[in-house]
Amino acid sequence: MSAVRIGKADEIKDGDYRVVAIDRFEVGVFNNGGRFVAYENRCPHYDGPVCQGRIYNRVEEVLDERQCHVGLRFGAERHIVCPWHGWEFNLETGVHPGDKHMKLKKVNVEVLDGDIWVETPRPR
Amino acid sequence: MDDQKPGSPQIVDLPKIDNSTDTRDYLARAKPHAEKFKDYFIVDVDAHVSEGAFWSEVTDKIDSDVWRQMAKAQEIRKAQGLMNSQPGTNYQDAFGRIPHQQALNEHTAKNGAHRQVQLLQRAIDTMGIDIMCAFPTPMLLLGMHPQTEVEVQVGHAYNRWFTEDIVTQDKRIVGMLYLPFNNPQECVKVVEKYAANPSVVGFMVSSTRYKPVYHDDYMPLYAAIEASGKPLGFHAGFHWGDQSMQQCNRFIGMHSISFVYFNLLHLTNWLVNGLPERFPKLKVIWIESGIAWLAFLMQRLDSEYMMRPSEAPLLKKRPSEYVREMYFSTQPLEHSNMELTQATMKAMKAETQLLFASDWPHWDFDLPNSITNLPFLDEQAKRNILGLNAARVFNLEVPAHKNGAKAPAPREMAPAK
Ligand code: FES
Repeated sequence: MSAVRIGKADEIKDGDYRVVAIDRFEVGVFNNGGRFVAYENRCPHYDGPVCQGRIYNRVEEVLDERQCHVGLRFGAERHIVCPWHGWEFNLETGVHPGDKHMKLKKVNVEVLDGDIWVETPRPR
Repeated sequence: MDDQKPGSPQIVDLPKIDNSTDTRDYLARAKPHAEKFKDYFIVDVDAHVSEGAFWSEVTDKIDSDVWRQMAKAQEIRKAQGLMNSQPGTNYQDAFGRIPHQQALNEHTAKNGAHRQVQLLQRAIDTMGIDIMCAFPTPMLLLGMHPQTEVEVQVGHAYNRWFTEDIVTQDKRIVGMLYLPFNNPQECVKVVEKYAANPSVVGFMVSSTRYKPVYHDDYMPLYAAIEASGKPLGFHAGFHWGDQSMQQCNRFIGMHSISFVYFNLLHLTNWLVNGLPERFPKLKVIWIESGIAWLAFLMQRLDSEYMMRPSEAPLLKKRPSEYVREMYFSTQPLEHSNMELTQATMKAMKAETQLLFASDWPHWDFDLPNSITNLPFLDEQAKRNILGLNAARVFNLEVPAHKNGAKAPAPREMAPAK
């Protein structure tokens, strides 16, 4: 394993991301509330470019104490949505909200002295 | 983490994907797969044009000056003239989550081929498709228009636009033409006019409608298509306006059921009324309902038929046996339970009857790797499903370098009457 510096942390605002190809290794780096997470840019569905999709907050359904529908709202949990067919993954965990076995592959990421470093699979 | 050696890896930014993204970038991940299977003959039996984006070109070709004027009068107000729209049509991109479905905004060359042709070519090249059979999008719901004459006028106009302006620009693009099924006589005219056109590989009924396929008015149509040697397709669609579907409060529920429902209904009527016995050489394709419904319908109809053969007197064998002689497109291929997928493919004789379809650019599209990734299919079955079966149904020539394996033998046909 080796690490590659991809740029400055302050260039990615909260709720935004950057996807880079480091040679042939594609990784999406997300700023999720000031914490950086990174995933391989491969969707477990059909290999789509998941990290290049749009971010939506998770939709929640609100029920009252009688289990009756009150309404829909956006919750605090952010999802990255694969642009090929819409599979959604929790930005913090990389896991699909309805199937814990369907998840994005985590990539180690660190911010050191304001720079973002991501771990790449092969020594360079 | 080890320190980075200066200058060693190449770092390239990849763009965010939106509705302006070039199809070739959108589908870039499919390209290596296409390279790997480039000796396969791949026919996409169901991709789509976005005729709504070129609607004035279509309505220019309406024969009747009065109907044409009515369409144009609406277009001034930015509406798709004469078209009926259904609730849910604009929901398909999951409210912006799947940007390739709606309002495609990508740049195409001004002085190149027709913009629609350029868009299809980009998908063809990136997915590694040899022949793409394209069908309309909003017109999938035209069969529900209360005015039969609108379906006739618009259907004929679309067929003219597609055959005059689209397929003429690239031989790899072909089509099954729109049959204005609410008027059987006008459907026969479509077959008579286009049967000899090599870019017209078949004729298509948009299934979303309330017309019984066994009605005697349709027999001349089926006879004409049978005589043409080209297939008849039933292309599924949804209809949230249907009273039963109005019980679904979410698009996901309505779409899951409705996109199968009309094909389920028409196929049941087709079988129970013995249409395979009446038109034994007519090749019939059921399109865009996936395959999972077949496991249900084959068993259900078989068990009812064994108890009530008197109600389907034209049948000479179990309904499921007729199903195994018909053709089905793959998309959207259900594969969350691989054992069920395998069992269904075995039951329907997928190796000779299943035809790959992408449905591109729609939100639930499939790529050729939806077939090549299936662990239980052998090499021959993959080649057949991806293109060799379609070559047989559409009478397509397979280039020698793509015919790495032999095409399956045609099914036993009953003698023509
Ligand atoms: S490839 Fe990501 S949702 Fe299908």
